[in-house]
Amino acid sequence: MRYEAPDSIKAAATMLAKEKGAAFVLAGGTDLLVKMKGGFLEPDLVVDIKRIKGMYDIKKSAVGFRIGAAVPGVALGENAALVKAWPGVVEAANLIGSKQVQGRCTMVGNMCNASPAADSVPALIAAGAKVAIVGPKGKRTIPVDQVAVSPGRTSLKKGEIIEAILLPARPAKSGDAYLRFIPRTEMDIAVVSAGVNLELDAKGVIKDARVSLGAVAATVLLVPAAAKAIIGSKLDAAALEKLAAACSAACKPIDDKRGTIEFRTKVAGVLARRAVMIAYSRAGGK
Amino acid sequence: MSGVHVSTTINGDPVEFVCNADEPLLDVLRDRLGLTGAKEGCGTGDCGACSVTVNGRLVCSCLVLGAEVGGAAIETIEGMATGDQLHPLQKNFISHAALQCGICTPGFLIAAKALLDKNPDPSEEEIRFGLAGNLCRCTGYDKIVRAVQATAKEMRGA
Repeated sequence: MRYEAPDSIKAAATMLAKEKGAAFVLAGGTDLLVKMKGGFLEPDLVVDIKRIKGMYDIKKSAVGFRIGAAVPGVALGENAALVKAWPGVVEAANLIGSKQVQGRCTMVGNMCNASPAADSVPALIAAGAKVAIVGPKGKRTIPVDQVAVSPGRTSLKKGEIIEAILLPARPAKSGDAYLRFIPRTEMDIAVVSAGVNLELDAKGVIKDARVSLGAVAATVLLVPAAAKAIIGSKLDAAALEKLAAACSAACKPIDDKRGTIEFRTKVAGVLARRAVMIAYSRAGGK
Repeated sequence: MSGVHVSTTINGDPVEFVCNADEPLLDVLRDRLGLTGAKEGCGTGDCGACSVTVNGRLVCSCLVLGAEVGGAAIETIEGMATGDQLHPLQKNFISHAALQCGICTPGFLIAAKALLDKNPDPSEEEIRFGLAGNLCRCTGYDKIVRAVQATAKEMRGA
């Protein structure tokens, strides 16, 4: 295996594109190094992107936040402006692993690992986040829900690197939240999860919503029917009931040792309901 | 496999080494530099026995490549005492019997120090969450939590 740590994103993309063997991007390494240790991956080339300028930056501007690909979980939680604007996204990312893992793990890595149970991904999809991609043929930007295509696989082409996550600016009277179910209190993989982002009008009526579910299908789902169920409401009992039903209806889960199909389908609705209520209260709804 | 030449700083001392491209920092510390305080429990970031800090961030050294740490500032358990003078955490781990076999202890001490550096007055829950990345199969954790609480109190008073 060769290790390279170029100082430009272009050089990194070129190295990855030219490599004939198995080539991987290294940022936090909390998935890559575990897979290498287990013998699941045998890279010929690892390209460390942490020497590239801007990879550790969280930049706030009028259009929102730009979060560099190597920003570790712990740094998200330390950024007061980001926590204030996107508490659901930060909570989701901070649920991943231990303090030691938080010192290294990144949201881009979480996304590119392409697990349907990735904690930060439902929150990012609900937030309407996008990713900035650099590749041998130039740059492109895609929504987060177009990154993973199936468990362990992404839509990125050879040589392409996600250089940053783009979170939109936070409108007035809006809020987000993320909840997951795990059988223990911490450090586990989501059995089911739900991310929600809401915007209210002046009267507290939901005018826009995005609801996303994790670990209930081959990829994290965006559930427009669930959003539709609560848009125009102030979260009365009937709207919440419709939301939960829409979430359960969207589930296509597997049965495994962590949860049955029946359990995941039911709990998806329960978690979405609870997450929506948190997001509504964060948005200033009463 | 060609070697990677790395210049870094460990416990304040400049250090140079050559390692394989896929060699974890933990193996560099233990096998190349003789710093055997960090232990390998799982090698996959689950047990925390190999905890060190890199540029002030608590990490598992089994999930960092030696090749990555050029120019970094690394702190290991070997740097925790000042000469013969043990760190208050080390003293309290002894007086509270917060260890039995001792394999997990260096990792717990590094993680506990990282916690107290950030939060000098943690609640019991914050201590338990802060140390959740460190596994101990002997103590049942309670004595470790008491030792950290005692240290926090002592260091705030000092």
